[in-house]
Amino acid sequence: MSELSSQKIPVTVLTGYLGAGKTTLLNRILSENHGKKYAVIVNEFGEIGIDNDLIIGADEEVFEMNNGCVCCTVRGDLVRILDGLMKRKGKFDAIIVETTGLADPAPVAQTFFVDEDVQKNARLDAVVTVADAKWLSHRLKDAPEAKNQIAFADVIVLNKTDLVSKPELAEVEARIRGINPYAKLHRTERCKVALSDVLERGAFDLDRILEIEPEFLDAGDDHHHHDHDHHGHDHHNDHSHSHGGLKHYHDEEMQSLSLRSDKPLDPTIFMPWLQNLVATEGQKILRSKGILAFTDDDDRYVFQGVHMMLEGDHQRKWKEGERRESRVVFIGRELPEQMIRDGFESCIVA
Amino acid sequence: MSSEQLTIASLTDRVKSVAVGAPIADVHFLGDRAAFVCAEEKVALADANGEVSHVDVHSGANLCTASDGQRVVTGGDDGKVVALNAKGETSVIATDAKRRWIDNVALHPDGAFAWSAGKTAYVRSGKGEEKSFDAPSTVGGLAFAPKGLRVAVAHYNGVTLWFPNMAAKPEFLEWAGSHLAVTFSPDNKFLVTAMHEPALHGWRLADNRHMRMSGYPGRVRSMSWSAGGKGLATSGADTVIIWPFASKDGPMGKEPAMLAPLQARVSMVACHPKQDIMAAGYSDGTVLIVRLEDGAEILVRRNGGEPVSALAWNAKGTLLAFGSEDGDAGLLEF
Repeated sequence: MSELSSQKIPVTVLTGYLGAGKTTLLNRILSENHGKKYAVIVNEFGEIGIDNDLIIGADEEVFEMNNGCVCCTVRGDLVRILDGLMKRKGKFDAIIVETTGLADPAPVAQTFFVDEDVQKNARLDAVVTVADAKWLSHRLKDAPEAKNQIAFADVIVLNKTDLVSKPELAEVEARIRGINPYAKLHRTERCKVALSDVLERGAFDLDRILEIEPEFLDAGDDHHHHDHDHHGHDHHNDHSHSHGGLKHYHDEEMQSLSLRSDKPLDPTIFMPWLQNLVATEGQKILRSKGILAFTDDDDRYVFQGVHMMLEGDHQRKWKEGERRESRVVFIGRELPEQMIRDGFESCIVA
Repeated sequence: MSSEQLTIASLTDRVKSVAVGAPIADVHFLGDRAAFVCAEEKVALADANGEVSHVDVHSGANLCTASDGQRVVTGGDDGKVVALNAKGETSVIATDAKRRWIDNVALHPDGAFAWSAGKTAYVRSGKGEEKSFDAPSTVGGLAFAPKGLRVAVAHYNGVTLWFPNMAAKPEFLEWAGSHLAVTFSPDNKFLVTAMHEPALHGWRLADNRHMRMSGYPGRVRSMSWSAGGKGLATSGADTVIIWPFASKDGPMGKEPAMLAPLQARVSMVACHPKQDIMAAGYSDGTVLIVRLEDGAEILVRRNGGEPVSALAWNAKGTLLAFGSEDGDAGLLEF
């Protein structure tokens, strides 16, 4: 699996609200002395200054799949462009897809789950979201796209940090963490970030789940996840409270939900439950990930998903002395928390 | 299966190898010379003895090709449409003003040709008049009707039938989903598209009745009408799938013929221009000739290597050319 996936061309998706600095980051990636060649897929062809040999203009055509599911959308133009690019195999090492500021990253990601030919030749590496430290808090209130892009991200480049004060920065970070506590967050000025922090992340590689991001769930459980019952949901847009001096926000609309169990799960209950969950609630679930310890199974099982689409596999043997703990994370909009918790509980072997 | 393969009639020792030297995207015949369109930049012209000369057509990828037997027309990611004739001479016959990718080309027997870039389809008549049509989404495929100047433009959620020389409003054939390659039946009665999902969709043009042709494990990338238009052979499954089009109802309510099963996906199909036989190329590199009547098979190329990506007969049906994704190519004379 690893050998095969390494031959596939990695694709990095660059999102971010208008003016956040996507093009700055793109040019930084392209101009750095890395010895690699990139094929760059941009919208607004020719209107922005990008210095690269291989630039392809895209139309951001979002196509519904003919399966009756409204959230099963793909980028039709991307299917076509990747198909054409594969004729030039060997002329580039990786692909970067820059989306418009108003784009939903889901159809881009789903293209890599759905299309057979795309899957054969390319692999989604990570969704990188550039956010404007000064304006993101506002955009999270008035632009659903901005919130989507934060929720969907594997890597968040929090840019223009020089334009805000320390408390303002803490504030915007807390807001990001209230939506997506799992993404890697980098504070930058003029998108100055190490290329290794945004490229070759393997965020969608089942083999690398949780290994490059050890804080993926540690942060989740201690940092974000706590009992929601005491809030009583008083319908403010958000509310904050502190733990050990850190400010925490809960976004009323977009949340993450982390589940864990020290006891093994029954795969014959868990798998149908998960499939049914994403089939019925997939529109609300943007991203999902998990490491699972099943009964009578010495292998770690890992899965990840985008909306209704899931992929999973046995990853490796549990190591000697490794805690066989199951951990599942959902990031989504108005997640039916209690229902998901109850469902997960029912999969635990008593 | 294995014992059958040992006894299968074979023509492999009569195949002349062609040194194309690069991944192959398509092949056409210009008279008795095979024009192997490479994935990038070049076309390799090969005569019946396998002698090759290379011709430059694009500065990047050769994205799409079409031929009428007189010339091969290619569209490239350099925004150019290039024509190549049997003498090996090339000319740039159209250039996209914004240097966009040329995604599709099609040829009309009277010398007109069509191409598309993004959402716009263009037609240049034999007299040099140029017309354009903006589709509602990116053009997935183009085809000229066998009669008159009518162009089928496939796109998201259907096909538009465009009459470049008439003021009439284009006719829209609706069907949800993304439509890519499009083809008219030779008798002009049916229109068929290969969709992004693994299925074909068809319309009977007299009354626009729908035909759904599904059940493929993979996307259909290659379609070929059998001699006289009696059937439409398709790739996409581990057998050749041939839909019956001989009756006025076409394949409506009928099962397709399934021939030449292998443990590999059919990647290319090419029906013989005159007889009821066809050639099929597979994802494991195998090439077979198949008799449509009873599915009898003759081996042309053994399995091994990359998928077959190009397959064509010359107009007389005396030569078969094949090429693969790794640049292996051959010619077989009958």
